[in-house]
Amino acid sequence: MRRVVVTGLGALTPLGNTVKEYWEGLVQGRSGAGPITRFDASKYRTRFAAEVKGFDPENHMDRKEARKMDPYAQYAMVTAQDALLDAGLEEFKVNGERAGVIWGSGIGGLYTVYHEFKNFFEGDGVPKFNPFFVPKMISDIAAGYLSIRYGFRGPNYTTVSACASSNNAIIDAFNYIRWGVTDLFITGGSEAAVNEPGVAGFNAMKALSERNEDPATASRPFDLDRDGFVLGEGGAALILESLDHALARDARIYAEIAGVGLSADAHHITAPHPEGLGATLVMRNALRDANLSPSEIDYINVHGTSTPLGDLSEIKAIQNVFGEDAYRLNVSSTKSMTGHLLGAAGAAEAVACILAIVNNTVPPTINHFTDDPAFDPRINLTFNTPQGRTIRAALSNTFGFGGHNTSVIFKAYQA
Amino acid sequence: MSDIANKVRSIIVEKLGVDENEVTPEASFTNDLGADSLDTVELIMEFEKEFSLSIPDDEAENIQTVGQAITYLEANAK
Repeated sequence: MRRVVVTGLGALTPLGNTVKEYWEGLVQGRSGAGPITRFDASKYRTRFAAEVKGFDPENHMDRKEARKMDPYAQYAMVTAQDALLDAGLEEFKVNGERAGVIWGSGIGGLYTVYHEFKNFFEGDGVPKFNPFFVPKMISDIAAGYLSIRYGFRGPNYTTVSACASSNNAIIDAFNYIRWGVTDLFITGGSEAAVNEPGVAGFNAMKALSERNEDPATASRPFDLDRDGFVLGEGGAALILESLDHALARDARIYAEIAGVGLSADAHHITAPHPEGLGATLVMRNALRDANLSPSEIDYINVHGTSTPLGDLSEIKAIQNVFGEDAYRLNVSSTKSMTGHLLGAAGAAEAVACILAIVNNTVPPTINHFTDDPAFDPRINLTFNTPQGRTIRAALSNTFGFGGHNTSVIFKAYQA
Repeated sequence: MSDIANKVRSIIVEKLGVDENEVTPEASFTNDLGADSLDTVELIMEFEKEFSLSIPDDEAENIQTVGQAITYLEANAK
């Protein structure tokens, strides 16, 4: 099978609207959370989120195009363009028949659904749905738009597995390249659910932190007082290429994808398996696929959403899989800073892992105040400040409602 | 130019993202102003909303240019 490398990155996150700003935010240990500005949240249980800031779609596309896209698709267009530029592909003539797009979005055009339904319910009962309602709403349209813009005529679709969606996209793109189906992919994910139904829906599940008095410290994975996740939004894009394709065009190589894992909890629609059964299996599957032993992983970017149950079961799974090595490697949850980007989380955290490898720096788990005795103190959770170390390989977990588990292992590129 | 004509032109500028001086009476939505079939449906809906009327499908099919839209709406808007 062919080797697959990462040659371009794009990010639009609550910490910053470029990859550079995102990474700076991660190593500075900044929080991207603040009071909700997207709508009047005064009657909501949670009144804060980790929003993308200062984003104007018309700086990136014309008004007509922007108007036809839900924010989640706008985020896709912008991050994919940044990643292609970063990969030096704007100038390079890509063979469109050998290039594809696999995008991830957990929810798709929720903003569009909400506003169209609202107009309908406020009307006289005569349906006056916008002709762009369906193409704006559907969660596959970002992949379609990207293929149209760049002429990529290879495999094209969107993966939907809730908060694991963009890891599934990366996994599929990786597979098609290593199997020789396609030479190059735009992959990644985007999500834009900081809106009325997004916040109210997760609030109703009691999934969100309600620490309204202090949004910046609300996402506190592994802290004794963690009380739920902080809703985030944004997107991230990666350019994946076969190693041969990248070398032939003399591309800068960030890292190599070593292997991937998939599994299901087969337990509950929203609660993780208490013993981390699916999480254990997915990391084992990824290590086997990568042909790496636990001793070769130096960093795990956990799903770690700051929920009482999820953080516990994931750490149990890490101990199951890594044994004594669990005390040697670094673990961190960058969601402590970005909030939870839902379907875009896997892509955003892939970028974090790749830059951690490139910079030999582990971004921290911020907002640690009180130890939770449930966690073995020998596990290095990288609390509050980044830590420098040689990172040979990093494993990124994302898990989604429905019990979907995904792991992707990135490793330092060596010719 | 009538109020209706001005409103029609500004709706077209907004929805199709075109320059105001392109919106001439002879300009065809699809051939000159870059509209696709969905854009055209949206334009008709926007006219219906702005001028509080309902345009039957068979009449909407005959509204292909800026001038045809203005003529139709001047005749039918309340």
